[in-house]
Amino acid sequence: MKSRPGGGRLATYAAVASGGFRRYATYRLATAAGVFTNSVFGCIICFTYLALWQERPDIGGWDAQDAVTFVWIGQSLLMTVALFGGGFSDELADRIRTGDIAVDLGRPVDLQGWRYAEDLGRSAFHLLGRGVAPTLVGALLFSLAWPANPLTWLAFLGSVTLAVTVSFAIRYLIGLGAFWVLDVRGFVVVIGFVQLFCSGMVLPLVVFPAGLETALRLLPFAALIQVPAEVLLEKSTGWGLLAALGSQLGWAVVLLGAGRALTRHATRRLVVQGG
Amino acid sequence: MAADEPAIEVVDVHRTFDVRRRAGRLRRTRQVVRAVDGLSFDVARGEMVGLLGPNGAGKSTTVKMLTGILVPTSGALRVVGLDPAAARTRLARRIGVVFGQRSGLWWDLPLRDSFALLRRIYDVPADRHAAALAEFVELLELGELMDIPVRALSLGQRMRGEIAAALLHEPELLYLDEPTIGLDVVSKGRLRDFLRTINVERGTTVVLTTHDLGDVERLCRRVLVVDHGRLVFDGSLDALRRLDGTTRTVVVDLATSSPQVEVAGAVVTRVDGPRQWLSLPSGASAAPVVAQLAAAYDVVDLAIQEPAIEDVVARLYQRG
Repeated sequence: MKSRPGGGRLATYAAVASGGFRRYATYRLATAAGVFTNSVFGCIICFTYLALWQERPDIGGWDAQDAVTFVWIGQSLLMTVALFGGGFSDELADRIRTGDIAVDLGRPVDLQGWRYAEDLGRSAFHLLGRGVAPTLVGALLFSLAWPANPLTWLAFLGSVTLAVTVSFAIRYLIGLGAFWVLDVRGFVVVIGFVQLFCSGMVLPLVVFPAGLETALRLLPFAALIQVPAEVLLEKSTGWGLLAALGSQLGWAVVLLGAGRALTRHATRRLVVQGG
Repeated sequence: MAADEPAIEVVDVHRTFDVRRRAGRLRRTRQVVRAVDGLSFDVARGEMVGLLGPNGAGKSTTVKMLTGILVPTSGALRVVGLDPAAARTRLARRIGVVFGQRSGLWWDLPLRDSFALLRRIYDVPADRHAAALAEFVELLELGELMDIPVRALSLGQRMRGEIAAALLHEPELLYLDEPTIGLDVVSKGRLRDFLRTINVERGTTVVLTTHDLGDVERLCRRVLVVDHGRLVFDGSLDALRRLDGTTRTVVVDLATSSPQVEVAGAVVTRVDGPRQWLSLPSGASAAPVVAQLAAAYDVVDLAIQEPAIEDVVARLYQRG
């Protein structure tokens, strides 16, 4: 059978993405509990930041309102970019470990493309299900800095998509690690903590000493939280916005490329474990 | 592909694995394991073949090479006219695979959603998909299960779902690896009926890997036995039974307890009151033995037992 032009493939990936969305949408109670947790943590972090900004107003060039808004952006993106891992990568590693990956490789679809589509679906659900509601809670309790230019929302959505892509590419690499090490859970935990700190989730990168901030911005993790937050806070505008999105795109291309190469390598010397 | 071309051609295929073993604190030794060691066989289109062998015989390795997810170390494979490893994606559209202990369904989603996704993956036109789905739903009795998430299905229900999933793109060739593992008697029976139906009515070639000889006895006319990566038997189930060294048993109930009967061509192996067990080579006819018994003794009842396929295969493994 000849492969059909782009339309057919795109429909396939759209169906996979919608499946990814629905997989997570099934768990309504978990989502409600998550919204509650995000809201509570968001409030706690807001009070902490407000205390910091009272001591050091204008730290990193941000005012207290920026800082509080950053908290709710972070809470919204925490699950969207799966900062603590999870989603498909645990499953991928698990399927490699048990040999179920044989079923996936026996399908006429690209493994990475397939998983990416599914993860986009998942992230869309998490942005809507776990992002919007806590942010509304935040908006009720605190004064948030909304963008002055409505187009900023569009740029933010693009930046979040790129953030999800970078996050996907990292998790895909970790999941593939199961081809070489039997248990990748240790990696997942370590990378989770690294991402927590380096993405700006704990504290916005702007409050760190200049040298450390520059170093952290050179890593891919800033693309997960710090960069999209700065887009929405309109800290990155004009050329700065292009540079911000460009840096995300750069990391996405590099990391996805690495994932592709590794997939090829793994499939080539594939020894499906078990069975 | 030409109609007379075999569904599967395997010519002198070898596959070795490097296994690293710990030999002391830091030292590791490398050992080459020959999982498949010079395997050759053909499977014609429309056949239903049982692939047997003990654990570690190389069955799964063979199936993996036949699906293209494992490259042979040497030798040639062709499946429906394609080189599996080189044309893995194209091959995937034409074959179906069910691994009994692996899942190809979406755990959190209802069966219906998995099937809909598979239609997209395999690019099946909507009307053909609907027709095939309707047929499999009926044959596998999936109707009431379609809206239940896979995680909530029982093993037997899930297995039926897996098989439907593997067949929805109407493959020419279906591999089943341990399809009845863990299933109860009723579920096994239903599954076997279904497999026979698709083999006969759709002409789907079926290759069945199993430890359950009941599957083979009820489904496969031809059996391949693999051991230590080599083919040790290729033939019909009857021929397997008639292998040298196997025996048939005549169980005879006499009117009274009596000393061992004496019959040409058979040997008494056991006596229990009026019941006696006579053993004869499996190649021989039981008719003369029965005739002699009836003529010389007061026979109340009589039964002939074919060699248990388990015993025959176990003997083959020991020999290999």
